[in-house]
Amino acid sequence: MTTLGTRPHDAPGAVALLPGPEPRTLLDAPHGTAPLDPALLLRLHRWLVRGRRYNQQATALTKQGRLAVYPSTTGQEACQIGAALALEDRDWLFPTYRDTLAVLARGVDPVEVLTLLRGDWHSGYDPLAHRTAPLCTPLATQLPHAVGLARAARLKGDDVVTLAMVGDGATSEGDFHEALNFAAVWKAPVVFLVQNNGYAISVPLAKQTAAPSLAHKAVGYGMPGLLVDGNDVAAVHQTVREAADRARAGHGPTLVEALTYRIDAHTNADDATRYRDDGEVAAWRRRDPLARMERHLRERGLLDDAEAERAAAEAEAMAAALRAALAVDPRPDPTDLFDHVYRRPTAQLRAQRALLERESAAGPDTGETNR
Amino acid sequence: MSPASTATTGARETTLAKALNLALHDALAADDRVHLLGEDIGTLGGVFRVTDGLAAAFGDDRVTDTPLAEAGILGTAVGMAMYGLRPVVEMQFDAFAYPAFEQLAGHVAKMRNRTRGALPMPLTVRVPYGGGIGGVEHHSDASEAYYAHTPGLHVVTPATPADAYGLLRAAIASDDPVVFLEPKRLYWAKDLLDPARPVPPIGTAAVRRPGTSATLVTYGPSVPVCLAAAEAARAEGWDLEVVDLRSLVPFDDETVCASVRRTGRAVVVHEAQGFAGFGAEVAARVTERCFHHLHAPVLRVTGLDIPYPPPLLEQHHLPDPDRILDAVARLQWDTDPAGEAL
Ligand SMILES: Cc1ncc(C[n+]2csc(CCOP(=O)(O)OP(=O)(O)O)c2C)c(N)n1
Ligand SMILES: [Mg+2]
Repeated sequence: MTTLGTRPHDAPGAVALLPGPEPRTLLDAPHGTAPLDPALLLRLHRWLVRGRRYNQQATALTKQGRLAVYPSTTGQEACQIGAALALEDRDWLFPTYRDTLAVLARGVDPVEVLTLLRGDWHSGYDPLAHRTAPLCTPLATQLPHAVGLARAARLKGDDVVTLAMVGDGATSEGDFHEALNFAAVWKAPVVFLVQNNGYAISVPLAKQTAAPSLAHKAVGYGMPGLLVDGNDVAAVHQTVREAADRARAGHGPTLVEALTYRIDAHTNADDATRYRDDGEVAAWRRRDPLARMERHLRERGLLDDAEAERAAAEAEAMAAALRAALAVDPRPDPTDLFDHVYRRPTAQLRAQRALLERESAAGPDTGETNR
Repeated sequence: MSPASTATTGARETTLAKALNLALHDALAADDRVHLLGEDIGTLGGVFRVTDGLAAAFGDDRVTDTPLAEAGILGTAVGMAMYGLRPVVEMQFDAFAYPAFEQLAGHVAKMRNRTRGALPMPLTVRVPYGGGIGGVEHHSDASEAYYAHTPGLHVVTPATPADAYGLLRAAIASDDPVVFLEPKRLYWAKDLLDPARPVPPIGTAAVRRPGTSATLVTYGPSVPVCLAAAEAARAEGWDLEVVDLRSLVPFDDETVCASVRRTGRAVVVHEAQGFAGFGAEVAARVTERCFHHLHAPVLRVTGLDIPYPPPLLEQHHLPDPDRILDAVARLQWDTDPAGEAL
């Protein structure tokens, strides 16, 4: 497992591409040094509260059989929110299956975020409307998409940055390597954000890599690697924003490693007690990103009980609306299955569609072949 | 070649590789959304010279030598397509396209479907394929069955310069992803090409040689082999029809079945290994649709069920006219249409 503050120091003579020895934090810095303005901090806080509630509600919905599965980001909300809100509307997000809160923070409808996990279709939102790619399950495979889109935008002269998210385990995938290399060679405006939550399902990071940190991998591609405290929403936000600014200015991609922890199991179907102990979880609970943000805001006099209650009430309303929407059984239309395979269904698909329609009309099996 | 093309003005003798080069040139000129990506496709012009001169004509941003990584090439092309471009990707050789298969099966083929049409994938993946050029290991695979088995992809393979030009223009113009399989050993085959001739729509087969005795169903590198077999068959008294599929997906059931219903006998011919190969699909489709017109089971003449052999042995693997004629001879010529022995 990764523990904050135990990174080996950079080798002497290191170039600027190397990450610093300590992850960047802002919330714990002496008051007044945090570069973020109070309105932004309050906005980040409201989103953290909403995100925490969303994770709880979605997990509860799996227990009621309303969702097939839900990979929670409880404990990782600062990464999700801090990074996604660092983007401009015209930028693009490339999320993994776990990054539901980041997608939510892009303005996607809370129910549409869950379409994949409810199972009535694969992707439930319009990627073009929200400049947000579909939740991507095959690990690291969406990273090269983020690079290609960033390059395409740049070739067109558009000011668009892409944020490509990935887990610590998925940095072992070949697509991670290829995406970073292409991005660096093309100077594509991409920010790669690794959420290092210490585990790939059950496998700890020590079994994924012998690198001093995941951020160190940037050096080999010729891009800067940055290490950030992933439970510090201000630090994540500021770091991703600076990397995006750098990309926007034409200086190419950055790799950001955010150190965080998944408090819940991998998904509702996982039993995390098989591979980690309660002590470890308890230690990370003490670094809870929401509690830390609240402490910071209260100490600076930016958050009072009334504001905290407003944020909680708003999150509760969102959760109630989500419960209500998911209480209705979805009725996906089976004939939709043929409509989006190609621009126009082939003759073979038209025949299969007709068969399915006859089956639906007749009820039991008609015994026809499906060709 | 069909005599019709000679009649058109502007027709000239061209190699298949040059026809592809012309198609890429014309597509780049016609549509600035078209971008070429691949290994050695810029200054060198591709190892088969299919992109010769295009980087000089259109610049490095339109014709790009990428880092050497096939998944990365196709994966970044996906992102470019998401932004509205029309990438045309070159895989250097058939067996080197496998690293890109994850992107192809996981994203290229599925993106339109998973997003309900919001993100179509108007990209083309060009793959030089097949044997017969004396290539050493990993340079001669016929991998069409993998692609054809993947819903969401169109799979196209030309056998003439005219089809190479027309089908590649159609592939690039298509809003669906197209795996464009280029028969390596036909790159240098010459025939007449008139770029002004209408583009054959993807999904249509062509009758290359009309005949009455039996139908040879084939595609790509095996088309000339079947035409040679049909010539040789005349000495045996057989008049063979040769159907060139051109498009494996979508599959032209109509043209294939019309031919087999006419002739009553069919042999499917391809280079790829036969087991679970594309020929099995053709044989099944023909049997399901034309059973009462068949005088004999549909036979297959294919590569052997072995990894592609070393070049000095490849002639034993590849279908040749003799093997095709042997199959034709086994089409139960001594039975009447009801299948009873005479
Ligand atoms: C290519 C691929 N292999 C395996 C899986 C199955 N799988 C899903 S999540 C996961 C672990 C991923 O770990 P990590 O990248 O650290 O992300 P995290 O789940 O911790 O957010 C695995 C192995 C997958 N989705 N895709
Ligand atoms: Mg992880």
